[in-house]
Amino acid sequence: MHPAFSVIFLTTLIGAGQGLFLALFSGQLYSAVNLLPAQESSFYITGSVIALGLMIGGLAASFWHLGRPERAWRAASQWRTSWLSREVIILPAVMGLVFIYGLLHFSGWHPNWFGNAIPNQPALIVGVITTLAVFILYIATGMIYASIKFLQEWASVLTVINYTLLGAASGFTLATALAAWQGSGLIGFYGTWAVILTLAGLLSRAASLYRNARIKYKSTVQSAIGMRHNAVVQKSMGMMGGSYNTREYFHGASAAWFKSIKYIFLVLVFPVPLLLLWAGFSTASVPLLATAFVVQYIGLLFERWFFFAQANHPQNLYYQTI
Amino acid sequence: MTQLALVIDLNVCVGCHACVTSCKQWNTSGAAGPLFDDNPYGKDPTGTFFNRVQTYEVGNYPNTETIHFPKSCLHCEDAPCVPVCPTGASYKRENDGIVLVDYDKCIGCKYCSWACPYGARELDEKEQVMTKCTLCVDRIYDESLPEAERKPACVMACPTNARLFGDVHDPDSEVSVAIREQGGYQLMPEWGTKPANHYLPRRKTKMHIHEDELVRVDNPLKKEDIRHKTTKDVTLDDWLL
Repeated sequence: MHPAFSVIFLTTLIGAGQGLFLALFSGQLYSAVNLLPAQESSFYITGSVIALGLMIGGLAASFWHLGRPERAWRAASQWRTSWLSREVIILPAVMGLVFIYGLLHFSGWHPNWFGNAIPNQPALIVGVITTLAVFILYIATGMIYASIKFLQEWASVLTVINYTLLGAASGFTLATALAAWQGSGLIGFYGTWAVILTLAGLLSRAASLYRNARIKYKSTVQSAIGMRHNAVVQKSMGMMGGSYNTREYFHGASAAWFKSIKYIFLVLVFPVPLLLLWAGFSTASVPLLATAFVVQYIGLLFERWFFFAQANHPQNLYYQTI
Repeated sequence: MTQLALVIDLNVCVGCHACVTSCKQWNTSGAAGPLFDDNPYGKDPTGTFFNRVQTYEVGNYPNTETIHFPKSCLHCEDAPCVPVCPTGASYKRENDGIVLVDYDKCIGCKYCSWACPYGARELDEKEQVMTKCTLCVDRIYDESLPEAERKPACVMACPTNARLFGDVHDPDSEVSVAIREQGGYQLMPEWGTKPANHYLPRRKTKMHIHEDELVRVDNPLKKEDIRHKTTKDVTLDDWLL
């Protein structure tokens, strides 16, 4: 497939935003049961604003993907059958919930509903709902690709797991940098989870690379045109100037460039951020931890490019030669 | 239930592209507006087409065959492009099984084209909506046309009659009989999309003549031809004639 930068930015930005929210809320949840020190509300407010900003950026990027963005509202109608429609509904819902979550921290409204001395109970309740919505959004984003069964590189549960783990990893890396910047005591907590999630992401992404390197394609040129002969060669695709079919489904990069992207993302997403996280959270260094996030995010752009480019659409069998 | 479809006879198609040009002509002139053509007389011409003819070579030289292969939307009975559409612009008609795009609802997200294994859909670069073969839905129901012309433009144009049009759910229709009797098959059956369009395979046209058909054992002439040896003796016939 031809990787579209709009979708690359959409999926990486909202993935990181969702991950940052999960980090914020798990920090609050742990502090509610006294496993972690409670944080200033300014920490949650700043975090929510950044998470919301990332998702707004992602949503804006997604509009670049549309030929007719003015009709985008229609995309919410087919949630019964379309994972894309489900994402279109759940993404603004998550954004709204994150906004409310930040607002509740900002408001200073602290009713005591549970009878215990748990701080900011309304935000806790909204946070639980938002966490559910965040996971549904990860699943919806991954299923957009995993549900197309004949794009065999994508049609795997690993696609959904990768979207979730890599988004969460980048979000927790960002949360670590945020905690260092805000001088909160959660650097160790977020840093540890950022490392765990990055390693888990490495495992699942490596698993999908392993799987995709060994795919046996179900469609062949024989089944594409229905000729039962071992030697079938295309002589003409019916046009010389190219068409949507030759532009949309081929990544157009050279084999060497394509292969080097794989190694670039494998280095930028996993070992470099891990080293920077390790160096950063022992010294609580904001620049190091911020660099860890930036490097990991740039690596994820390469990762997403590779994800799209690697998918081999069966229609390409019809477009082998001019 | 009706399922309109094309049946394309690969044994007859000569690869003249008349179906391509007639399709473009009809669909660029319709109520939906012109199909985009970019740089038609320049260096890199490109544009929106609903139908293409491709060419394949099967076999190893010198035992090769050239296959001209027209390819358009197959109007799948279980069309994978329809449920993925987030807006409902992509739909399959209940009454005749034609898969269509509502150009006024399409947002141009291209997801349906990703979900079509055949590459049958093309995004119109100017209108920025997804386009595809309509089976000339604006022609086949047009009662101002003579009944014989209420067929897709490509079917009308084909000089060798390689394209048949009809209801593949009606067992007695021309297309159903052709599929049944001439080995009609579907493309990429492995994905379970159940394409409505079928293709008829290449066939060898041979006469089988057995030797005993050339020399009949019961040839009456041959029987009469059996001459017994005549005798030099005087027979009764000599007296009678």
